[in-house]
Amino acid sequence: METTTKKQLRGGEFLVKETTAANIFIREDFSEEQLMMFEATKDFMKTEVFPHLPRFEKGDYALVESLMKKAGEMGLLGISVPQNYGGMGMGFNTSMLICEEISSMTGSLATAFGAHTGIGTLPIQYYGSEAIREKYLAKVASGEWIACYNLTEPDAGSDANSGKTKAVLTPDGKHYEITGQKIWISNAGFADVFIVFARIEDDKNITGFVFHKDEVTGLSLNEEEHKLGLKSSSTRQVFYDKVKVPVENMLGERDGGFKIAVNVLNAGRIKLGAAVVGAAFKVIGFAVQYANERKQFGKTIGTFGAIQQKIADMATMAYVADAALYRAGQDIEDNQNRLLAAGKPEAEAKLKGIEEYAVECAIIKVLASEAMAFVADEGVQIYGGMGYSADAPMEAAYRDARISRIYEGTNEINRMLTVDMLLRKAMKGELDLIGPAMKVAQELMDIPDFGAEEDTSYLAQEKKVLANLKKATLMVAGAAVQKFQTKLADEQEVLMSLADMTIQVYALESAILKTEKLAGKIGEEACKERYEMTVNFLHKAAEICNKAGKEAIYAFAEGDEQRMMLLGLKRFTKVAPENLKNIRRSIAAKLLDANQYPFA
Amino acid sequence: MKILVCISNVPDTTTKITFSSDNKEFNKAGVQYIINPYDELALTKALELNEAAGGGTVTAIHVGQADAEPNLRKALAVGADDAVRIDAAPIDGFFVASEIAHYAKDKGFDLILCGRESIDYNGGMVAGMLGELLDWPSVNVITSISINGGEAHLERDIDGGREVLTAKLPFVGSCQKELTEPRIPNMRGIMMARSKPLQVLPVAANTAHTQVATYAAPAPKAGCKFLEPTQVEELVHLLHTEAKVI
Repeated sequence: METTTKKQLRGGEFLVKETTAANIFIREDFSEEQLMMFEATKDFMKTEVFPHLPRFEKGDYALVESLMKKAGEMGLLGISVPQNYGGMGMGFNTSMLICEEISSMTGSLATAFGAHTGIGTLPIQYYGSEAIREKYLAKVASGEWIACYNLTEPDAGSDANSGKTKAVLTPDGKHYEITGQKIWISNAGFADVFIVFARIEDDKNITGFVFHKDEVTGLSLNEEEHKLGLKSSSTRQVFYDKVKVPVENMLGERDGGFKIAVNVLNAGRIKLGAAVVGAAFKVIGFAVQYANERKQFGKTIGTFGAIQQKIADMATMAYVADAALYRAGQDIEDNQNRLLAAGKPEAEAKLKGIEEYAVECAIIKVLASEAMAFVADEGVQIYGGMGYSADAPMEAAYRDARISRIYEGTNEINRMLTVDMLLRKAMKGELDLIGPAMKVAQELMDIPDFGAEEDTSYLAQEKKVLANLKKATLMVAGAAVQKFQTKLADEQEVLMSLADMTIQVYALESAILKTEKLAGKIGEEACKERYEMTVNFLHKAAEICNKAGKEAIYAFAEGDEQRMMLLGLKRFTKVAPENLKNIRRSIAAKLLDANQYPFA
Repeated sequence: MKILVCISNVPDTTTKITFSSDNKEFNKAGVQYIINPYDELALTKALELNEAAGGGTVTAIHVGQADAEPNLRKALAVGADDAVRIDAAPIDGFFVASEIAHYAKDKGFDLILCGRESIDYNGGMVAGMLGELLDWPSVNVITSISINGGEAHLERDIDGGREVLTAKLPFVGSCQKELTEPRIPNMRGIMMARSKPLQVLPVAANTAHTQVATYAAPAPKAGCKFLEPTQVEELVHLLHTEAKVI
């Protein structure tokens, strides 16, 4: 891996610093071995999953269970579990690549896989004592035992730390008796291993425990939930009636459960990004195939501009999310490796390595799940009436996509976290937001620089727009912080706008740098459509930043200040006119010719 | 048993085939290569035979250039113990067969398996030629193998039916679809492939008997015409004037 000369940005620094194409990772950088794993996963999907697609819509929980066992035999459940615990010991980005493919065909398997390998495995791997890891990790990595994660309660969803489930120490001091109710528990119906969070006495925070279901009594499950999608993913309520768990089964420390939940969610968020990007590639493939087959007015509908426009925009969103995904993934992996090399223990290196990029994880969760929502929606539209039919693949894709904006923290929670975490980093001195924000405020007072010579190098104009969008974001964020100070958390609408701008900045930068890096590898001509997707996205990103910026400014600035900020916003979100119609036609032509999404 | 499996490196089945240099060369630009699917069956069957026998080795051999090595490493990931690449640009089936025969003749293999044909040039020659060059029996288009002591019990497709035969080891067999299901490499296999040997040997005989004069793409498929059941005369007319089959 090319880590030696990389100059890695810290988490959140993208907003205030520039980075170069050489410093980001793109999927085209994966090694032969990583790609062989990816191809093997594709073969697994083709032979074991694709032939059964309709069964996933009929509550076939046994099918998902058997696929999880087969995935375990293939080694797909332990990609990033250390080798001494029976895993493959591969890095974070490899686990994302495998997650992308295995999650691409049905949300039912995606959710079972994500729940098991993410929130079902990581608390054991990162927080389990040596004895716990010895007992559970190899069997979870091989799929011999399937895991589930019991956090959410009827009154504790987004506010996860408010759970009412209790853990009471037995008089002999050897066990905790856990009593309470957990809801929306993925894999509960066939899980062997349960990770559960409960409060001990009046602790401020919850505490995590792990146990095997055969070793306890008092555990019971409700019926399978009836859901909009994920029809074959087991989702049940789990009832705890004095479930006796040995004190040694505590994960991490007493009062430390909320920290586990938060830290494990970082990985869950970005991996959800991988899952939906995989699904988006497949949905785009189906849509393109349909557009090439379906004839109306004597022509295939793919020849119509209105359809081509959709195909181009779908591909653009998938391309951008993909770029952001593996960029952040490798930053996490490199940071984890750096901490390991510095002598940190494995679990701590992994946790701290990803925590640094918690902002990026939240950004990718929102970006990718909303890209998928758009792709699935337009996929239905391209299929027309057949898109609404359960006999064609779009109907299930559309329903399954919906949950991704809800679980792993709703997109609203993730938007607030994006801003909140950035501001916290600034307050802790880890990130200099104030300096650059003040510089932008100063620039507003100056006369705009009209005279600078045009840089005509590849992507230079796009980078200029990107730099301006960063300024726009810093200008609005800086003013909002000044205005509301510690009360900013109460202005959720403003936080949403700031998050929207921040997300667009990260996404656009990732797309520009990905295109630049790949063009360096395979040539600008071979990257023609990728460049066009970058430009297509740039216009959208600038528009979103303009709209979000305006709404925020309207919400807190008045009079001269408002006028000046609106002028600044206009200047910083300005984009040169471009014939987007022709650009989209060219992008669509490439997909229609390939009869699939050809950039992954 | 000690089994040699011949691996061919072929364009992915979805490749759009084009030619360059006055239709004398296959245009390799942007083409993804895979292990010939019939050879994957040979490899899987070799592993299964050794698993059933409780031991043995499988060597994967390829006659070709370095760009085929990822697929040889895939063969190692699927389960081959070692791999050999004869460093040459193969010209025809005889070239490939004579290189493999030269490698195999003094290595004590019990069995050589290959695919019934490669899906690119579809020559289907290597198995027969190998048998001849090594003076071993060779059996084509095998759908079933079981081995008992020094004798193999084989089934093969023949026109309109199935032939059952026996052959003494060592022999050469070419594998047909029904023989087995191809094995997907598992993650551990892929990681173990890192440390398995892949030997590159110089070309030995360097003999070919044929060379390609020119390629031609098939005529594009014409669209279907639909006629009403009552339009018999129109049908006859079209079959005569357009399709020119009557």
